[in-house]
Amino acid sequence: MRRIAPALLLLCLPLGGCQHWQSVLNARGPAASTLAHMFWIFVSVLATVWVLTMIALLLALRRRRPEDADPLATNPTTERRMTITISVAIGLTLLTVISLTGLSYAAQKVLFAHKDGALTLLVTGQQWWWKITYEDSQPNRVFTTANEIHIPVGEPVLIKLESSDVIHSFWVPSLTGKMDAITGRQNQIQIQADRPGIYRGQCAEYCGLQHAHMGLIVVAESREDFERWREQQISSAIPPGDEERQRGMEIFMSKPCIMCHQIRGTDAGGKIAPDLTHVGSRRYIAAGTLETTRGNIAAWIVDPHGVKPGVNMPTIQLEPDEVQPLASYLEGLK
Amino acid sequence: MTRALTSHEFDAVPEVTRLATGERGGLPGVQSEADAPPSPDELRDDQVDGPELSARLAKTWGTEKGLIGALSTVDHKIIGRRYIITAIIFLFLGGLSAVAMRLQLAQPESKLISPDLYNQLFTMHGTTMMFLFGVPIGEAFAVYLVPLMVGARNIAFPRLNAFSYYVYLFGGIMIWVAFMLNIGPDTGWFSYVPLAGPEFSPGKRVDFWAQMITFTEVAGIAVAISVIVTVFKMRAPGMTLDRIPLFVWAELVNSFVIVFALPAVVTASAMLILDRLVGTHFFNPAEGGDALLYQHLFWFFGHPEVYIIFLPATGWVSAIVVTFARRQAFGYIALVLSLIATGFLSFGLWVHHMFTTGLPQLGASFFTASSMLIAIPNGIQIFCWIATLWDGRPVFRTPLLFVIGFFFIFVAGGLSGIMLASVPLDTQVHDTFFVVAHFHYVLIGGNVFPLLGAIYYWFPKFAGRMMSERLGKWHFWLAFIGFNVTFFPMHITGLMGMPRRVYTYLPEMGWGSLNLISTIGAVLFFASFVLFLYNIISSARRGPVAEPNPWNAGTLEWAAASPPLPQNFDRVPVVTNREPLWANRDSLPVVAGLSVENREQIVSTITHGRADLRESSPEPSIWPFLTAVATTITFVGSIFTPWAVVWGSIPLALALIGWFWPKTSTEDER
Amino acid sequence: MRQLLILSLSVLALAACEREDREYRANPVTSETEEKIALSPLSAGPSGPTEQRSGLGQQYEENAYHIAQGKRLYIWFNCNGCHAHGGGDSGPPLLDDRWIYGGQIENIVQTIREGRPNGMPSFRGKVPDDQIWQIAAYVRSMGRNVPKPAAPGRNDDMHPGPAEQRRPPGEVMDGGQIPPAAQMPQ
Repeated sequence: MRRIAPALLLLCLPLGGCQHWQSVLNARGPAASTLAHMFWIFVSVLATVWVLTMIALLLALRRRRPEDADPLATNPTTERRMTITISVAIGLTLLTVISLTGLSYAAQKVLFAHKDGALTLLVTGQQWWWKITYEDSQPNRVFTTANEIHIPVGEPVLIKLESSDVIHSFWVPSLTGKMDAITGRQNQIQIQADRPGIYRGQCAEYCGLQHAHMGLIVVAESREDFERWREQQISSAIPPGDEERQRGMEIFMSKPCIMCHQIRGTDAGGKIAPDLTHVGSRRYIAAGTLETTRGNIAAWIVDPHGVKPGVNMPTIQLEPDEVQPLASYLEGLK
Repeated sequence: MTRALTSHEFDAVPEVTRLATGERGGLPGVQSEADAPPSPDELRDDQVDGPELSARLAKTWGTEKGLIGALSTVDHKIIGRRYIITAIIFLFLGGLSAVAMRLQLAQPESKLISPDLYNQLFTMHGTTMMFLFGVPIGEAFAVYLVPLMVGARNIAFPRLNAFSYYVYLFGGIMIWVAFMLNIGPDTGWFSYVPLAGPEFSPGKRVDFWAQMITFTEVAGIAVAISVIVTVFKMRAPGMTLDRIPLFVWAELVNSFVIVFALPAVVTASAMLILDRLVGTHFFNPAEGGDALLYQHLFWFFGHPEVYIIFLPATGWVSAIVVTFARRQAFGYIALVLSLIATGFLSFGLWVHHMFTTGLPQLGASFFTASSMLIAIPNGIQIFCWIATLWDGRPVFRTPLLFVIGFFFIFVAGGLSGIMLASVPLDTQVHDTFFVVAHFHYVLIGGNVFPLLGAIYYWFPKFAGRMMSERLGKWHFWLAFIGFNVTFFPMHITGLMGMPRRVYTYLPEMGWGSLNLISTIGAVLFFASFVLFLYNIISSARRGPVAEPNPWNAGTLEWAAASPPLPQNFDRVPVVTNREPLWANRDSLPVVAGLSVENREQIVSTITHGRADLRESSPEPSIWPFLTAVATTITFVGSIFTPWAVVWGSIPLALALIGWFWPKTSTEDER
Repeated sequence: MRQLLILSLSVLALAACEREDREYRANPVTSETEEKIALSPLSAGPSGPTEQRSGLGQQYEENAYHIAQGKRLYIWFNCNGCHAHGGGDSGPPLLDDRWIYGGQIENIVQTIREGRPNGMPSFRGKVPDDQIWQIAAYVRSMGRNVPKPAAPGRNDDMHPGPAEQRRPPGEVMDGGQIPPAAQMPQ
């Protein structure tokens, strides 16, 4: 009963209305596909072992001894038969274990074989968001964003993982397994997407209060779309177009926002919190927690601790009529 | 202190057939007393008989009434009972915190519990279950049962044993009081640095955690030493190595694992608290420390810990399977060797908790192989138990039901563990709910189900009354269904990407319905424990009175009264078979010649179990309790100031002087 | 016996430890406290009366979490640019016992919020009030003017001296010198 996991899984997925975007079994990259295949091999082998063991157990529960038999008495024939059976079973177990180890090692070789890719990212885990830096040989083409990674489809992308505070773990299950970002070390991991799409990831190593809200998304797109996105990200922030946004910008510059946030092309130069130069172009704010809409931005600014209690973003004092322009301004930073 | 028995005194022991059946008081050993004539005022157990002997021995070995008496007792049964009850109280506390977490996770973005409280809850849950329940419960059963099973009158080092209980109790109370004062640790039961380090965990929360580790480890190692010495040196005459009950073997291996594994975590927690309080830099990368060092130390303990929790359960399972299959264990030697192999292998697996930290790949795959290899000894155990049942005549009472539940659950958990042992697969499922599902299958399946069976099994011995069989069956089915409903869906939630230790999740992740199912299961599972509690309490008061051997089992503890008298056995039994009560159904051969008025025990040789010396077992004393109090003052004080180690050593030294003050015992005077 | 235990536990729970409380949402009182504080005179020398205290300061300087947050903010907002790690540079030292503008937490809050002559800028509107209180609480911990159990331990970086919790408890005295580097050109 418990072993029909696949069927159960299929049953449960529609129940949850799941979008499959953070699922191990919804593999969208070569590494994740290898892992998903391997998972099903393991599951089928191990489920067979479980079923056989349970059948043996249930058969063993039949009463074979006469009621008044001496518990110390043993029948040499039975003893010999059971010894042989157990030896064979152990032999088979050993064989299973050895082949699974071999399979695992082979998969490991494939998985961790680093291919050369054109793109290298530095991802820094912070409490409780991801800082993402696209490296480039030309310094003026290096840029920083947060919580959203864009990659071209079909190309391996190298990710260097660091942490600026505690240990985090970078995990985008649809693309590959996880890797820790450890204080004082640099780890590397390679991701590759085979199909365009949006894949969600989340910090997988407990990192304090808001560990639950430390998500990121990976957007896999065609090379052209990616290049367009990159050019846009490299550029400075677009100046506000209308009056309301102009006012929003003034509010931003006069408030504590600038102590922590950077908007390239303006006076705001804080480096502590996510770069907001193109925050409006990102799909989520607050590390994959809220969709980027004007309403959500306003809600987040007015009461960040209502969404993520304990987050490092403070509640700032805003007049009621300041919220709307500020949110419009940020939303307009495409 | 000790006096060698003359060589021929117990020579006859291995040839038990001649001694057998009931010639109490007329054993050859008694006559040999002529060699060393007893002082006229000393009464020996061949000079009295029957109820008078019982009463006199009970007086000699008994515990005085009153508070001082209760705190001074060195009776392994009283200490063991307290140990078991305390561990089960902690099991309930840990369970309550789990139910609170499950309620919070029942729906996405629930605001029932704040993230701060949630983080404290899961830390307390893990810490309690691992350190205050998992390790102590196995040792607690050892304290109660090992001396009975090896035919001793008390555990070796009974005062150390009493001391260990109080240290454990005080450590557990300390951490729970801290939690109730909102100083509960919030960094997980593993307390990884730098999160648990001074920079990211301000205040005293983690310091309490680290000192709680010290408490439980001091307690754990003390018991382990008592158990090892009891098994090696205090076995009844004739109990050769291959006649030791499987439960005792399991506890022996377990004790060795404890002795070797716990120092690693004491080191880790001591370094952590030094970093936090004194400003050392063990784990500070900027000053040459290393955050991964902590993980290595922690898991060098943390993996054997799993086996520290599982090994006693193999003992319970073995005892229950043999008794209820009505057949001696099949493959005794194989079982013992596989226990020992498990003990050794458990130290070679720790890196599989660190596969995602970026260790060298070849090294990591070595640990894949060693982790998978442990399936072999575990497989041998499972197959031997099944074979025993196969050739037996199973009696389906509650204890056996729980053992069958153990097979279903534990084997599934062990097999999903093979997935975690594989480096590539582990990178996907590590730190997700899949792992949560896996280790609850292993730990609840591998420890709690056998434990429940063990409680139903030995309750008559502990309490003198039988537990209700009807409630027991209800309890089993409710627990079995509740457990699977709770934890099976977690495999899927984990594969769907839900990480561990999150206090909530977004509605659009689609984990809501599975989590709701888990929560419903958790409520059922908890309800089964409420039923269990009711069964214990009502049976302890009104249950049918138990005979000494209600299950018709074969091991020595069932030769003692239910509950056992303070002296355990009126005369020390002589062991002629692995299942002495099955081999000698009418009456057990015994030896005589021990003092009735002094706490005299037989010390035997390690391999042959040949009676070697007569050793007097320590009298009750208040000093172990006072030493534990002094230790507690020092440990708790050192959370606040390092100087506590200095001034705290004064009461500690005084207490130890009191404890070890040389006494002129009657024996020395002779 | 057991009832006694439960009773004593619940009493303890009632007296829950404020030192460890974690207040995340900005305390609405913080921004309203200005009028409750007696301002110290805006000049060097003996500071004015500091008797009128709202009790809010205690909430901050006896709370380990607030002080630790203050310690992070101290670096994040570049306080160490002028004051170094408390030793002082172009700004006055913070870990000695001399306070030009008063050394109570209310005075320090005032100094951060309003700024002082000779170089200390005003952070009014730049740093939210509750964070100012956190920073001020941390500044108090530098000279160990806060309870030891609440004072921070070492950071995970290079260390010039012992962590705040290991410094001897300090006193607060009026006076002190503005470092020459920070003095206005005459």
